[in-house]
Amino acid sequence: MRNIQASRITEEVARLCIKANTDLNQPVEEAIRAARQTEESPVGCEILDQLLENAALARAEHLPICQDTGLAVVFVEIGQDVHIEGNLEEAINEGVRRGYTEGYLRKSVVRDPIDRVNTKDNTPAIIHYEIVPGEEVKITVAPKGIGSENMSRIYMLKPAQGIEGIEEAVLETVRLAGPNACPPLVIGVGVGGNFEKCAYIAKKALLRPVGEHAKDPFWAEEEKTLLEKVNRLGIGPQGFGGTTTALWLAIETYPTHIGGMPVAININCHVARHETVVIKEEEVAR
Amino acid sequence: MKQITTPLTRDIVKTLHAGDTVLLTGTIYTARDAAHKRMCERLDRGEALPFDIRDAVIYYVGPTPAPPGRVIGSAGPTTSGRMDAYAPRLIAEGQTGMIGKGLRTDAVVEAMKEHGAVYFAATGGAGALLASRIESAEVIAWEDLGTEAVRRLTVRDFPLTVVIDSEGNNLYIQAPEKYRK
Repeated sequence: MRNIQASRITEEVARLCIKANTDLNQPVEEAIRAARQTEESPVGCEILDQLLENAALARAEHLPICQDTGLAVVFVEIGQDVHIEGNLEEAINEGVRRGYTEGYLRKSVVRDPIDRVNTKDNTPAIIHYEIVPGEEVKITVAPKGIGSENMSRIYMLKPAQGIEGIEEAVLETVRLAGPNACPPLVIGVGVGGNFEKCAYIAKKALLRPVGEHAKDPFWAEEEKTLLEKVNRLGIGPQGFGGTTTALWLAIETYPTHIGGMPVAININCHVARHETVVIKEEEVAR
Repeated sequence: MKQITTPLTRDIVKTLHAGDTVLLTGTIYTARDAAHKRMCERLDRGEALPFDIRDAVIYYVGPTPAPPGRVIGSAGPTTSGRMDAYAPRLIAEGQTGMIGKGLRTDAVVEAMKEHGAVYFAATGGAGALLASRIESAEVIAWEDLGTEAVRRLTVRDFPLTVVIDSEGNNLYIQAPEKYRK
């Protein structure tokens, strides 16, 4: 049995909140650079240059890449042989509180969808727990802005609609998102499961590093096909027209019911933020 | 690239066309969802707005807090569509410029054509870069709204693209046609 202090989790969450928001991850930056080489629209090229300049400036000056530093979405994989000393949920929220305060990040959470009073510390986080084999705790902080989240959709398709139905759902979602979600996009697609599982795996698809295809060759090929189709829509960087509407598209799948085929599309802007840490602590005799 | 300065008079508005890229210098005001709601409530009560709306430019932004030694944190545009319920009212009162990103409703475009106003986009997700063009920032109303408070900003060479002009031409509709395959 491994023992991990809740305070350690707080420190790591705070650090990851700041890093994710100020340091654009390398695979995304490389994808923007690659898109800059192929973009056909001159205005589109200007926008991609601005995004690269912005990323460099944010990193150098420790400023947020985007002012919408998001809801703090936290994925926690807890090894089943781990014991956490202290309250885990409080520890995570304290990490968010500290990260967003000490990192001068924006506090964007309201306590109730109708009375809309700001909680002033960006808590509560949205936390997803998973119990896994082993004796480690893996934490991923994935701050998510609302501009792109608002353009995300879920479809409960019929099995007969097949792969064409999935493609049409994705293309319709990207068309409807248009300029609102700040293209170039990173697109997470969930296929299968049920209503909530499908949305969850679409979000998880956004955690896969840009450039890394699905392990299943069929779905890896479909990722390439769909990304090409998305980029033929012509929306382009910021919706000003062009050939770079999305930088990346990832599909996660899950077994589903004989009578259903849910498809969820979680839209992200180019600021596809996620930072991960694995905590292994000293062994404590029990 | 065109250089323009505030106040954004109707004469300047008329020279701007969808697709133009401009550098804006001068005074602009920040407001997003909550501040727009309060401004319209003030108008309902016959009260004055926190700033002179005539020939004014409103930037839809909720910046991150200013770290020590800076006037403002990261400050890119938010999605404009959420202000569509309020924008026609403010345009009728004399507002001539809006800065944001994303689609607008027909009601906003009609008000822009009727009264002479322009809709600019700033690059969404370029908050650090845009902040570097802001020289001063001062909260002038509703400090309780935090990031959503109304601020007076002084900007220099603020990079913008004209998306919808005062004749109703719309870059978001016209430009993607060219690249659709």
